[in-house]
Amino acid sequence: MNNTKKFRREPLTDTQLLMTITICIFVGMYLLAMLLFKGGFLHAQQVFDMLNDNASLIIVSCGLTIVMIGGGIDISVGAVTSLVVMSCVLYLNNGGNIFGSIRLALVIGLAFGVVHGFLISYLEIQPFIVTLAGMFFARGLTTILSVNPQKVDHDSFAALRAMKIEIPWLGYTAKNGNLIPARMELGVVVALVCVLLVFIMLTFFRLGRGFYAMGGNQQSALMLGINVKLTRFISYVLSGLLSGISGYVFMMHTGAGNATNAAGMEMNAIASSIIGGTLLTGGVGNVVGTLFGTLTLTTIKKIVVSSGLNDPWWQSITTGGMLCFFILLQSVVLSRRAKKKKA
Amino acid sequence: MQDNALLQMRKINKIFPGVKALSEVDFTLREGEIHALMGENGAGKSTLIKVLTGVYQMDGGEITVNGEKIVIHSPQDAQKHGISTVYQEITLCPNLTVAENMFIGREHNPLVNKKAREKKADKLLEELGIPARSTQQLGSCSLAVQQMVAIARAVDSRCKVLILDEPTSSLDDKEVNMLFKLMRDLKSQGVGIIFVTHFLEQVYEVCDRITVLRNGELVGEYLIEDLPQVELVAKMIGKELDELGALTYFEEEKKESGEVFYEAASLSSSDALPFDFKIHKGEVNGFTGLLGSGRSESVRAIFGADKVTGGKVKIKGEDVKITKPLDAMKHGIGYLAEDRKRDGIIAELSVRENIILALQVMKGFFKPISRSEAEAFADEYIKVLNIKTASKDTPIGSLSGGNQQKVILARWLLTHPDYLILDEPTRGIDVGTKLEIQKLVLKLAEEGVSVTFISSEVEEMLRTCSRLIVMRDRHIVGELKGADLNQTQVMKTIAGGESENEK
Repeated sequence: MNNTKKFRREPLTDTQLLMTITICIFVGMYLLAMLLFKGGFLHAQQVFDMLNDNASLIIVSCGLTIVMIGGGIDISVGAVTSLVVMSCVLYLNNGGNIFGSIRLALVIGLAFGVVHGFLISYLEIQPFIVTLAGMFFARGLTTILSVNPQKVDHDSFAALRAMKIEIPWLGYTAKNGNLIPARMELGVVVALVCVLLVFIMLTFFRLGRGFYAMGGNQQSALMLGINVKLTRFISYVLSGLLSGISGYVFMMHTGAGNATNAAGMEMNAIASSIIGGTLLTGGVGNVVGTLFGTLTLTTIKKIVVSSGLNDPWWQSITTGGMLCFFILLQSVVLSRRAKKKKA
Repeated sequence: MQDNALLQMRKINKIFPGVKALSEVDFTLREGEIHALMGENGAGKSTLIKVLTGVYQMDGGEITVNGEKIVIHSPQDAQKHGISTVYQEITLCPNLTVAENMFIGREHNPLVNKKAREKKADKLLEELGIPARSTQQLGSCSLAVQQMVAIARAVDSRCKVLILDEPTSSLDDKEVNMLFKLMRDLKSQGVGIIFVTHFLEQVYEVCDRITVLRNGELVGEYLIEDLPQVELVAKMIGKELDELGALTYFEEEKKESGEVFYEAASLSSSDALPFDFKIHKGEVNGFTGLLGSGRSESVRAIFGADKVTGGKVKIKGEDVKITKPLDAMKHGIGYLAEDRKRDGIIAELSVRENIILALQVMKGFFKPISRSEAEAFADEYIKVLNIKTASKDTPIGSLSGGNQQKVILARWLLTHPDYLILDEPTRGIDVGTKLEIQKLVLKLAEEGVSVTFISSEVEEMLRTCSRLIVMRDRHIVGELKGADLNQTQVMKTIAGGESENEK
């Protein structure tokens, strides 16, 4: 009997199951796009472009995944990102240095996280309301800083921006015969490192498991001896911190600040997390899934554009449809599973 | 006498707004004993336990463990002092694995060693004979196994005091015996166990000592040998058992009238296999069987609470279609659900709002019941059913279990049903209220209401029902009435003619 026990594979947990579904769908969709549209989809650069354009979204989504696993929500992340961009741009243009600007980005993010976390966790105010207030507040501050778009005018920052990782063997030969290597921005490295760190934290650390426990059943988590208040507080602090990092990466990508930067990013981040298998009800989710969630969303948009539907609303419509589809899929899969258990 | 006292609680006071939940209660737990904490609902058992585990802060008194005075502010504090609790509702996280549930919140290393943890968990699960794997997601285990995992967790934390709060209410006999074996093992290791339950037989099976509470006050502490069951009940409800006598009087009156009220032919639902069933006007019948035998599923099918998949239903001889609860309600059927917390009360709403809910639904939401009407209804039923509540505007969640049940009962009575289905109406409530509910059922029947009564306690069903339908493995296996209505016959039918050990 012991033998059978050993060799029997454990059924996937809900988290693993949903993540697997997302990854499969992403891979399937991308392969389909390669077959149907050829062109850009055949080049590795397509993937790198998707990463380059969405590095900051990926970072923000990591933070949101943490918060959502813990059963909360943070809708201030886009506005905080925007505030960070604007502050750092102004700081650099007024004679600041690179390290100072990084520090500034982290401090702004942390500050929002700490205030959110304190209000939500210790004063027990609804997370939606608190972060909604945070969102308006950050947007307002951004506009106070500058109504007009600001471009970064800073030598060492320009050098930093220009730094790209080139991978020649993944490049392609252009029509005129030149080899164009695949290019990846520094921000992507930052984003992937964030994903990795958050993944490790969620999987192997006490704190990370605490997020899952809290999201699974808050009352139980308390009874199990988890410091729920502190854990929840930390989840919002992390989300704030990641928004700070995201702001900096955003600035490295665009090189300019604008009051409407990262508008709607929080909603994209929520969508990414959900598509990546994070349940809004908490307790289930994985940051690797979120990474693929972001990529899935982007691929859909690219496919829409490639099919010649250039009007902007088509992207929104497909994103909406996608989200609906995933939520339906999740609930069907999970409820089938629950039924199986009963029988 | 006090020298091996493990835990002492002295003069504990706890005041909730408007209610004194505990007043000057003493409680002593000795090493290696199983100590039953008994009392009616609202007697203060849960409050005392929650004070001990740090969920509530006490308003006066002191707690000592091994002679040392301690202060408990949170469940973590309690754990630190070696006090572990297993609650009636499973307080584990269904989204985590079994191993994680056993160790989370107890380790101090910020890094989790998954492999070591799983190994340890597997060893412990095997030692305790719990049929679960450490890497399994907890949500995929049965409730009983989840309960045992919770106990395994407590056992592993080398607790000195183990509190079991109604641990047996969702377990079947075999599982209960496993649990008792576990409790005796722990007892022999010197652990003090506080056992809270409503099952009197279980108390007499495992416990050494009993502490009885009533209305937030200590009635007394007794050795099990010194307190026969009847006296215990008397102590708990605080009066002599003349009411039990009154009930035997009703017993003679069980009768069956001619007219069939409800009749179902091969009715089936997503959860219930096809079955035939009928009930006469003014009859009390019961569904009995072991846990999971399909008794609840069957009555849910009658009420349309699960998806009805087939069968014919006749009410008063006419064909009707009942596919959802509202249909059933319109035909005069009421259903008091098994799980009071999930399917019954709406905890945030007041007693009044909870009472009028079903009537409001029947009338339709565009014909609101006026405030004064609602208050009159509430007042009436609070009085009739003797519901103990601070006022009719108190949120129902703050009432004790028995009183919550009465409010839900009032909700159905208000719709003046012709046929009332009561699924475990007396589960988890005290002896006094149980009697009241049983009496009420008989009174309703006398007034011509048909009642289907389900209870885990066969004895209770024998007292109230004139016909018992016995189920096993989701099939009706027998129908008992008249002279066959006795415990042995019921047990025999449940167990089946042939040996039931095959499986």
